Amino acid sequence: MKLRQLWNSIWPPLVAVILLLAVWQAATSMFHIEKWILPSPVDIAKEASSGAAGLWEHTMATLRLMLLGFAIGTGVGLMVAFALHYVPFLKSSLYPLIILSQNIPTIALAPLLMIWFGFGILPKIIVITLVCFFPVAVAAMDGLTRTDRVMLDYMRMAGASKSQIFRKLEVPHSLPSILSGVKIAATYSVMGAVIAEWIGADKGIGYYMMLQKSSFRTDKIFVAIAIIVAISLSMFALIALLEKWLVRYKPVKDNK
Amino acid sequence: MIIEKSISASDAAALEIQGISLAFRERRQELPVLNDISLTVPAGKFVSIIGPSGCGKSTLFHVIGGQLKPDQGTILMDGQEVTGQRGLISYVPQKPALFPWRNTLDNVLLAREIAGNANEAARKEAQEWLVRAGLGGFEKSYPHMLSGGMQQRASFLRGLLAPQEVICLDEPFSSLDELTRSDMQRWLLDLWETSRRSVLLITHSIDEALLLSDTIYLFSGRPASVLHRVDVPFARPRRENLAEEPGFLELKREIGARMRAEQSKKPI
Repeated sequence: MKLRQLWNSIWPPLVAVILLLAVWQAATSMFHIEKWILPSPVDIAKEASSGAAGLWEHTMATLRLMLLGFAIGTGVGLMVAFALHYVPFLKSSLYPLIILSQNIPTIALAPLLMIWFGFGILPKIIVITLVCFFPVAVAAMDGLTRTDRVMLDYMRMAGASKSQIFRKLEVPHSLPSILSGVKIAATYSVMGAVIAEWIGADKGIGYYMMLQKSSFRTDKIFVAIAIIVAISLSMFALIALLEKWLVRYKPVKDNK
Repeated sequence: MIIEKSISASDAAALEIQGISLAFRERRQELPVLNDISLTVPAGKFVSIIGPSGCGKSTLFHVIGGQLKPDQGTILMDGQEVTGQRGLISYVPQKPALFPWRNTLDNVLLAREIAGNANEAARKEAQEWLVRAGLGGFEKSYPHMLSGGMQQRASFLRGLLAPQEVICLDEPFSSLDELTRSDMQRWLLDLWETSRRSVLLITHSIDEALLLSDTIYLFSGRPASVLHRVDVPFARPRRENLAEEPGFLELKREIGARMRAEQSKKPI
């Protein structure tokens, strides 16, 4: 029954993707599109299987950078949320600034960070942190402010301290909300890592893409894109699994 | 066992409220809510408050719980002044307010945890009580798997297992259907008669108050004040068929008449 449900949710997008690939394949051969402009899916698959060995190192470098940045970004996001939640003055004064920080395109900020912090890992981590902390912080603050009033009233009447209310009520209550922010941050972190590598790096998927761009190896760029998508999807799936495990007390919803 | 300690040697009332008055201030307007309320909950006694809905009974609980500061008056527990202090009563709210991420056992232990003594012995005790409350086998269930009555029973146990002596019940049956409610009243009666904690119950059901209490205080409409004090003479242990006895009906009629007289004073 469960397997069938899973299959029911998987097959429609799967069919869509296969159809898209088929149209793409047909179009490239029908209209004789040059390989350096748009390679066909078959070309890309060939390139991926033959050049996989060289990509492994780059993938690992990006993965490491992304995971580190994601962890730090999520941590910063949570700390910002908790601090702002507990000090209303901080919230009213800093919240607009935090929103403003999201209006600066990362791609515009990255070169500046390189100038200030050099080509090491620090500016790259900052870039990823900047894109990651925001969804986490906003989701966590939202979750914290929506703490159930009746439960809060109970905790106060029972004489719970502020830290007890925080640990036993507010955090668990906002967990689903926090996790949805973390899910977004997880996919953003991949993007952040690639952008950081574009600007200045000597390895990683982003660096590899820049390299291939200058030699018009469109097929190799597509392989890189496929890897990025795969990393993003697996991050998302991982957090979704974590969510399922942490929020296991929720009633099972049927997908109707 | 903490639960059975209640018949203490001291003569001081478990909870004594003396001349509590409170007004809310909204846009320079004074809204008096509590007007010179005095009542006593002797140790090991069951005391009820009956009043029209919206008369400020819940506000009184927030004052007792130390959440609101009264404008006047004091609250004494075991003869000590405790006005404005939090964490001295055990509270059973109107809605069960069980935490959805905790299973029944952990929910029941919450008040103990807050007080900082949820040890292995407490877990064992909680488990025994869960069985007695008909929740055996549901220790590991989450609240959404329990029926309304079961949730309310778990909420009661949470209050009962709390280390504080006085339990304040805020209309705990009001969200239940009629059948479940009378079941729960009988259940609470049995439970209380074996545990004998000091209880202060808010209700708007005269039957409920008469069945359970030793003393009933009738409250007026807003601002709430004590209209009348009724000592309930029926012997314990009480059974549910008490409700058919002439003495019970007589008292019920008397209280009902007083409440109606009070209600008719106010424009609806």
